[in-house]
Amino acid sequence: MQKIYPNAAGALDGLLFDGMTIAAGGFGLCGIPERLIDAIVASGVKDLTIASNNAGIDNEGLGKLLRTRQVGKMISSYVGENKEFERQYLADELEVEFCPQGTLAERMRAGGAGIPGFYTRTGVGTQVAHNKELKEFDGEEYILERGIRADLSIIKGWKADESGNLMFRKTARNFNQPAATCGKVCVAEVEEIVPVGSLDPDCIHVPSIYVKRLILGAPYDEKIEFVTTRERETA
Amino acid sequence: MATIVKGWDRNQMAARAAKELKDGYYVNLGIGIPTLVANNIPSGMEVTLQSENGMLGIGPFPYPDEVDPDLINAGKQTISELPSSSYFSSSDSFAMIRGGHIDLTVLGAMEVSEGGDIANWMIPGKMIKGMGGAMDLVAGVKRIIVVMEHNSKSGDPKFIPKCTLPLTGRNVVDMIITDLAVFERPDHGSPFKLIELAPGVTAEEVRSKTTANYVE
Repeated sequence: MQKIYPNAAGALDGLLFDGMTIAAGGFGLCGIPERLIDAIVASGVKDLTIASNNAGIDNEGLGKLLRTRQVGKMISSYVGENKEFERQYLADELEVEFCPQGTLAERMRAGGAGIPGFYTRTGVGTQVAHNKELKEFDGEEYILERGIRADLSIIKGWKADESGNLMFRKTARNFNQPAATCGKVCVAEVEEIVPVGSLDPDCIHVPSIYVKRLILGAPYDEKIEFVTTRERETA
Repeated sequence: MATIVKGWDRNQMAARAAKELKDGYYVNLGIGIPTLVANNIPSGMEVTLQSENGMLGIGPFPYPDEVDPDLINAGKQTISELPSSSYFSSSDSFAMIRGGHIDLTVLGAMEVSEGGDIANWMIPGKMIKGMGGAMDLVAGVKRIIVVMEHNSKSGDPKFIPKCTLPLTGRNVVDMIITDLAVFERPDHGSPFKLIELAPGVTAEEVRSKTTANYVE
């Protein structure tokens, strides 16, 4: 089965529909599936519910989909550094479900693992617990959180082989790994596609079973939110 | 005339928090003053810093020619790796946090209540950034230290009987370090006790600038 598509629009063909739920990988601008986001913008699909840790920044990442007002609801833990997001949220044009970062990661992991819900201490006694089942285990209170099953997952990887086995690089793994598992279909964009047999099977982060469609997204610009450096000590 | 030193500055508050570190600890530091704790780790002590976006063993900021967009901390700043570093997914990262494997976290706060509640993620109608990983950290890490100014910019106490802002966690804080004093409690059923005063600060002054009940 051929998983490699010539471009992002081709890889998303037949998968997009209004009102759908999309799980997206990335943390800030690190490891975001930007080619796939651009293709979703171009498709004009709307009323999207997007589960993603962040909402991009103005005109970058998911910020592009917010600008074109294709998003109806965000499920996120942190949405700072995004003025258009703030404007739409305060104007009631955008629904936001704030979800603690670890709970969001686990909701994706659980959804992908066939676990419809799980109990966690995170958020007990806060507004996150509103309208959620409370249960006591060993004298401690926990809340019930639901797994996320998305119609589509979009992720960014470092290298993939032609069968879809995929690796990440450094902290760009973040939400890409759990997001890959929780969509009915996962489309991945990577920096490099290599022949089957070139990746060490012991070092695969996402086994090929999850990756249904694959594109080469390179070349990528290096996008960094906050460049922080130290001076080189003089000899 | 010599300047009278009174209270701790940001770096001194971070240095005070660093005194709570122990050899072999795995620690998560929040954004702001807590980040400065990393500069105050006693030499010879091995402390591993966790970044909740998926890294253990945070190194210093990179040299300008070694900046890597794939290597950032939870504040989205570029960092470097150490020979002992490891990377993992966000779900593994929070399994580590939620599972009680992290020894200590140092966080900032807007309010802490006398019962150990913390509010640091939202001002209704004003600040809508989100909680990030803070709710998971206070729910899962073994020991929670809050570092914050004793009073807000307008002079209002921040260590108060009951939080007015939406909570990040209920009954979770173990120690509070402010620019004036340190409060600690031995367990989550006990009241906070004033255990230390910053230079030039009296217990009376702390009492007059605090509305929370605590033991002296």
